[in-house]
Amino acid sequence: MPKILILLVHPALEKSKANQMLLDSIPNSENITLHDLYEEYPNFSINVKAEQNLIADHQIILFQHPLYWYSCPPLMKLWIDMVLEDGWAYGPGGNQLSGKKWIQVITTGGSKDAYSKSGFHGYETEDFLLPFRRTAELCGMDFLKPFLVQGTFQLTELDLQKESNRYSKFINQLLGGIYE
Amino acid sequence: MNELSFFIQALIYLTSAIIIVPIANRLGLGSVLGYLIAGIVIGPFVFGFVGTEGKDMLHFAEFGVVMMLFAIGLELELDLLWRLKFWLLGLGGLQIILTTIITAAFSFGFGFQWKPALALGLILSLSSTAIVLQTLKEKGLMKSVSGQAAFSVLLFQDMAVIPILAIFPMLSDSEVTTSSHGHSLIEHLPGYVKTLVVLSVVIGIILVGKYLLSPFFRLLAKSGNREIFTGASLLLVIAISVLMGSVGVSAALGTFLGGVVLASSEFRHELESNIEPFKGLLLGLFFLSVGASMDLPVVMESPSKILGIVFGIIFTKALVLFLLGLVFRLPLDQNLYFSLALSQVGEFSFVLFGYSEGLGLFQQETIVILVACVAVSMALTPVLLLLYEKTIFGFLESKIPKKQTEQNIHKQENPVIICGFGRFGNMLGRFLRSNAIGITILDFDADRVEMLGRFGFKVYFGDATRLELLESAGLEHAKVLVAALDNPEKQAELIRNVSQHYPKIKIVARAGDREGAYDLKEMGVQYIYRETRETAVLMGRDVLRLLGTRSYTAEKAKNLFLKHDDETFHELFDLRRDRVQYMSLAKQRNAELERLMLVDLGQEEELGRDPWSEMER
Repeated sequence: MPKILILLVHPALEKSKANQMLLDSIPNSENITLHDLYEEYPNFSINVKAEQNLIADHQIILFQHPLYWYSCPPLMKLWIDMVLEDGWAYGPGGNQLSGKKWIQVITTGGSKDAYSKSGFHGYETEDFLLPFRRTAELCGMDFLKPFLVQGTFQLTELDLQKESNRYSKFINQLLGGIYE
Repeated sequence: MNELSFFIQALIYLTSAIIIVPIANRLGLGSVLGYLIAGIVIGPFVFGFVGTEGKDMLHFAEFGVVMMLFAIGLELELDLLWRLKFWLLGLGGLQIILTTIITAAFSFGFGFQWKPALALGLILSLSSTAIVLQTLKEKGLMKSVSGQAAFSVLLFQDMAVIPILAIFPMLSDSEVTTSSHGHSLIEHLPGYVKTLVVLSVVIGIILVGKYLLSPFFRLLAKSGNREIFTGASLLLVIAISVLMGSVGVSAALGTFLGGVVLASSEFRHELESNIEPFKGLLLGLFFLSVGASMDLPVVMESPSKILGIVFGIIFTKALVLFLLGLVFRLPLDQNLYFSLALSQVGEFSFVLFGYSEGLGLFQQETIVILVACVAVSMALTPVLLLLYEKTIFGFLESKIPKKQTEQNIHKQENPVIICGFGRFGNMLGRFLRSNAIGITILDFDADRVEMLGRFGFKVYFGDATRLELLESAGLEHAKVLVAALDNPEKQAELIRNVSQHYPKIKIVARAGDREGAYDLKEMGVQYIYRETRETAVLMGRDVLRLLGTRSYTAEKAKNLFLKHDDETFHELFDLRRDRVQYMSLAKQRNAELERLMLVDLGQEEELGRDPWSEMER
């Protein structure tokens, strides 16, 4: 069974209903590690070695984060800059990540329609993820389709419940080796 | 000399120094030349304020040289001496040998017998430690390549005086006369016993210095009586001089040794600053009496002869030094400076001439002329250096790449001085040390100093409110002074002293509470730290965390609080006299802070939204 590392990156989790519910729906499993970056590194001083060891121990890396300004929160960018070192993650001898899966779990305030060619933002959500895709590819990782929870501003309690169930199922599939 | 005439003498010496030295300094001549000129002016041949007792005064004032060597010794740790060994032995040794051979050959050519010629060569090969070191110090050149080279040579010369004194009797044909100078206790003993006695005295000084003096000073320090400590410092120097003198070794060398032994002690800076005023005055007196004892009529009688000899000596010595400088690869500009600086004949020559007079090595007239030559050469040194600096040095300095100057220079001055090494200074010291920042620590608690010394901290005992102590701890070269004394009055005194005399240095001060911080701000301190503030707020942050607040949020709350507290501090500072307004503003600001915090913690929504809450919920 593959081991999943969930990197939660949310600077204001206490204000995000959607993310809290998603977290609550993560199945209980020995093979899942939840790692809350803003909780771990409030001063932004990332322990690179510890992070690398953590990744080495898992096959699926799942970034759960909100979409801020068409990108990730600042600590996640810092994490990428610091942890994915030359010679470890890429470059000569940098093969520690090869074959691992990269998946982003993204919540957006705007709806699916807003993130479309004809919508308000003019591009698909996945178009904005191009830098992440290239990063994963450079490290020899499989960049998988992101898991999106969109339109969180409008979602009702019931909608959120549905999304949570979907997330729970998604993770169980990953544990079962099923990738979409 | 009766009491009144003693005071009159003091009056004359001090007045002349006070008038002429500042003028000489203003003219850029340096204080050494100032003292020499002042000496000539009050001497028997210009105004005649002081009589021919100048020579006696000279003997007394030689104690200034002794103290200077003690102070130099204090600044020298053994590893520095070890690093200099190459220059010390190579440069210093060769300088003496070559100069002696050349000057002896010249003297032989001028009709001296070979033995007196050799003696003269040895005497003239020595340079003036007092003049050169004082000049180098005043110009801040002690750490330059030329400074270190000059220092090595001088040190070697000072040590060479001992064997020279031993050789002189052998050069004398007349066996009978024992010198007026050599009344040492061990004179009548056979040669090997003498050597043994000298050796055991030297070893004794090293052992006592290493194992007994620190506990002794610690005991004195605990009494908290500063005068006693100063007295003990003086006693130490005098005792070593007497001891060394009584076994026929130069007192200067003995105290130098004593200084080196004490250089690694925690009392180093305190000793240095205790000796400093005496040393300065006595050195001044020394130069004054050199000036006063200069036999002007002799110079005036045959000026061309004297000037000829003086320039001959200066030229020969400078040439030898310059050639050696080339061999030892000193950069050109530094080499020229070094050669000129050491080109005079030193103060030990007065001693040696007197000694050789007793031995009947030279005729009386010869000695009078040569002593005058020595004095003139000493007086000329600052002038020569000044001329060199004003002309060639500036020109060369711009042309020569600086790459070599950094080598061999050991930076002893630390950028940070910490005054007070209690729980607060201690933490700061550990932080800075772990960041490879050099720190010099001063503390007035003898037990603590000893204890921290065992932990590998370089801590010096001393009262940091004394400017001389701070200066000998390297205040001049420090960038930051940390004021962390426990006693608020001492703390204030320290800050006032430093900011008044060294306005450029940055003062970082610790305050106990808000009131203490106001006092510091009132004194103009820019960087104030309340010792318990950060820790208390850090603790607050962790309490928030324990109560379930996310750590990043708690961290933000901590930062917000500290920032708000900073702003409030400066606002309230202006109102601290008006209790009513003060309280009202303080209350208002507290209420503001509470509201801000609640908003940030997400417990109050209507006010000032977090930018991130706009993006996604």
